[in-house]
Amino acid sequence: MSADRPKAIPRPTPETRPFWDGAAAGELRIQRCVACARHYFYPRPLCPHCGSGEVEWVTASGRASLYSYVISHRPAPGFAGDGPYAIAVVELEEGVRMMTNIVHTEITPENLELDMPLRVVFEPRGDVHLPLFEPAREVS
Amino acid sequence: MTAVIVGAAETDEVGRLPEHSAFRLHLEGARNALADAGLTKDDVDGVATVGTPGPVQVAHALGITPAWLDGTSVGGTSFLFHVRHAMAAIEAGLCHTVLVTHGESGRSRVGAPPRAFGSDSLLGQFELPYGTMGPATTFTVTALRYMKETGLTHEQLASVAVAQRRWSSRNPRAAMRDLVTVEDVLASRLVAYPFHLLECCLVTDGGGALVVTSRERAEALGTRKPPVYVLGAGESAESPIISQMEDFTTSRSFRLSSQAAFAEAKITHGDVDHLMIYDAFAHVPIYGLEDMGFVGRGEAGAFIAEGHTSPGGRLPMNTNGGGLSYTHTGMYGMFAMQESIRQLRGEAAAQVPGVEIGVVLGNGGMFMSAATLVLANRLP
Repeated sequence: MSADRPKAIPRPTPETRPFWDGAAAGELRIQRCVACARHYFYPRPLCPHCGSGEVEWVTASGRASLYSYVISHRPAPGFAGDGPYAIAVVELEEGVRMMTNIVHTEITPENLELDMPLRVVFEPRGDVHLPLFEPAREVS
Repeated sequence: MTAVIVGAAETDEVGRLPEHSAFRLHLEGARNALADAGLTKDDVDGVATVGTPGPVQVAHALGITPAWLDGTSVGGTSFLFHVRHAMAAIEAGLCHTVLVTHGESGRSRVGAPPRAFGSDSLLGQFELPYGTMGPATTFTVTALRYMKETGLTHEQLASVAVAQRRWSSRNPRAAMRDLVTVEDVLASRLVAYPFHLLECCLVTDGGGALVVTSRERAEALGTRKPPVYVLGAGESAESPIISQMEDFTTSRSFRLSSQAAFAEAKITHGDVDHLMIYDAFAHVPIYGLEDMGFVGRGEAGAFIAEGHTSPGGRLPMNTNGGGLSYTHTGMYGMFAMQESIRQLRGEAAAQVPGVEIGVVLGNGGMFMSAATLVLANRLP
């Protein structure tokens, strides 16, 4: 399907800009509520837990675990050359979840065990960088 | 006041209709539903439908001067929301008779709105860059977590498609009517592991409409068929993007909308003779059965695999064949309601004997929103 079209490139908005700026700097930045101290994702100006507008950007550890995934056999534009790829939802150490791709491992059900440890890597895409996740093999 | 559905009909055909625009499908459904009710457009003073073409265009094309409009557009369950909103509007005296229409050229894409999402939208920033291709790669992403936590097997997931073919094999209008086995389902090509083609819904063209009014007005107007009573309704919503669903093993809006509908109707699960659960993918009826409380957590896969929702089973479910085997235009909720009404009227192709109370659970988006209706062919 449209192998000639490029992969989708996200376009930041003012409230998501710090997330994308962080990714370009090699940091996974998420928001935390100053009032209730809880993290949240996706970027927005109000804490979804307590409603406070007093929120801050923090750098997440980049450590995560595999919450769930599918292996897509119907490539989206730009993905045809990748073979079957994992569209995953990962849970960050800070407790929030985000969609991503699992990379740097063979994409098979046997190889992708739920709850396996992952760590963030960043891939340039157009004028932004995307947070992707790879298996965290080393114990540190 | 009791709200009643006095007209219910689908388009003349469903399936592949390249000569029909989405708009025409709305109008054909509307005409058929009014004829079914024995009413004319002049009896209608309220119109509800989703964003495109929207209630203004539908009302205008039909020559209806609306006193009330609803354009709630929250995915494929929107039409169940419209019924609930119409009930409230009629009760409040804002209007007296509402037409709810659906038409979608999901397969042929004639006169259909573009599918584009902005690259600065929530989806465009946080899901599309990862190679999602619509529902088949997003709605499905919860299933492996559910399987890990409950022990649901691939064979049990496949049995959802098997059970619904048993129903669609009895329905001449269904797109897919050949019986299949679990092995057939698991041998069909992978779309998005763990989902095979036969565990994913069809993509078709079609439409339908309902006429909702008060019991009193239905009696005064003298409608053609006995009314279907809306005993209870509920609605809720969760996350606009699947990755932010609170718990991948249970839908909050399935739970809350069904609790509200059951409470309003004052029914228990044992009262339900017939069930429709929106089945865009094979796991959705599994979540629905558990989240509505028909079975306990982790029991729905075995319940379906053992045949309890199949013909002759104790809880007949998705008796038109569902989105997997009957038709799925994209926003299937209208068709789930139509089958429930046919069963209550005794008009279904695969008629279940003695249906008096039916429940419809509609899903919108990817577990994004949900509404539940409790329908009956008699008052309690």
